[in-house]
Amino acid sequence: MKKLITAALLTLAALHAQAAADEFTLTIKNHVFEPKELKLPAGKKIKLLVVNQDATPAEFESKPLGREKVIAGKSTGVVNLGPLKPGRYDFVEEYHETEAGAQGTIVVE
Amino acid sequence: MFSAAIIVFRESLEALLIISIMVAATRGVDRRAGWIAGGVLLGLLGSAVVASAMETISNWADGIGQELFNVVILTVAVGMLAWHNIWMASHGRELALQMKNTARSVAEGRSARSVILVVIALAVLREGSETVLFLYGVATGSETGMRDTVFGGLLGLGSGALIAGLIYWGLLHVPVKHFFTATGLMVLLLAASMASQAARLLVQADLLPSLGAPLWDSSDLLSQTSPLGVTLHSLIGYETQPAGMQVLVYVLVLFSIAGGMRWVANRGQAQAQAASR
Repeated sequence: MKKLITAALLTLAALHAQAAADEFTLTIKNHVFEPKELKLPAGKKIKLLVVNQDATPAEFESKPLGREKVIAGKSTGVVNLGPLKPGRYDFVEEYHETEAGAQGTIVVE
Repeated sequence: MFSAAIIVFRESLEALLIISIMVAATRGVDRRAGWIAGGVLLGLLGSAVVASAMETISNWADGIGQELFNVVILTVAVGMLAWHNIWMASHGRELALQMKNTARSVAEGRSARSVILVVIALAVLREGSETVLFLYGVATGSETGMRDTVFGGLLGLGSGALIAGLIYWGLLHVPVKHFFTATGLMVLLLAASMASQAARLLVQADLLPSLGAPLWDSSDLLSQTSPLGVTLHSLIGYETQPAGMQVLVYVLVLFSIAGGMRWVANRGQAQAQAASR
């Protein structure tokens, strides 16, 4: 049983390592996303680094992607995505979501 | 001001609905009010601590600390709710009879009080820490200012309390005979909904496959950010774009707890029959 668990864990770890994700960056400055439209490749695992340059905390949220992440001031949050189907996925900075700058779109192609 | 009102409404409504269901589900428990207040207070203290340590928590485990932290909180809450419901299933009938005149037994009171304290504290902690971060951000952001933020926050909290109060009021009007069946059902759905949120976080952390993301999209039908959407999200776990894994976990937890409740209830009935022979 112990061997089985070890084997299972090793397999999981291997799968995890194998699926090394492509890294992309999204920046928040003065509560505005840069870029507002982010292009990502379809069918791949993606590691999205959300860099919050403001001193205040932010929350990256995307209902279509099912992601929600609080990012402290002056820090970077990691959001794992994918593999994604081609399409447009909206996201917002929830704490300022009514402002135009705090809304953006991920375009997968 | 309105962004403060909206955020606080959304976050506080979830916690307030959980509180109102727990308060109803533990009706008749001695000195319940103190334990509810204790849970809220602990939760608020915890929120402040978690909010100030958010950066540290986020950086745990290669950047998925926030997800894991919330998964642990949700799992503990689901466990407590499951325990409460299964316990109630074995004692529900006597309780419904007792409720008309006497308070609940001492042993039952003790277990129910720990459920009240833990579930309420965790609910307030989870929703509160995000609210604290948001309010801190807006209040120091100066564009809206402190006064507007406080006023908006109170408005949001008041609206949340109004809806939670209505749900509680509705539950209290359920006939005594069916009262614990009704609260049991609410607690069951609450547990399944929390489990589905935990599943979403595990998918987000890339520890579970999504099994279809999203499985459906009902955002045109009922937005999850509308007051009704938020209420249904908190009560039964409504989501406009859930991952397949969330639905699977929701159903699994729902049936496991319901199965446990039925098994315990049947066993209790068999024992009662054997004793009367």
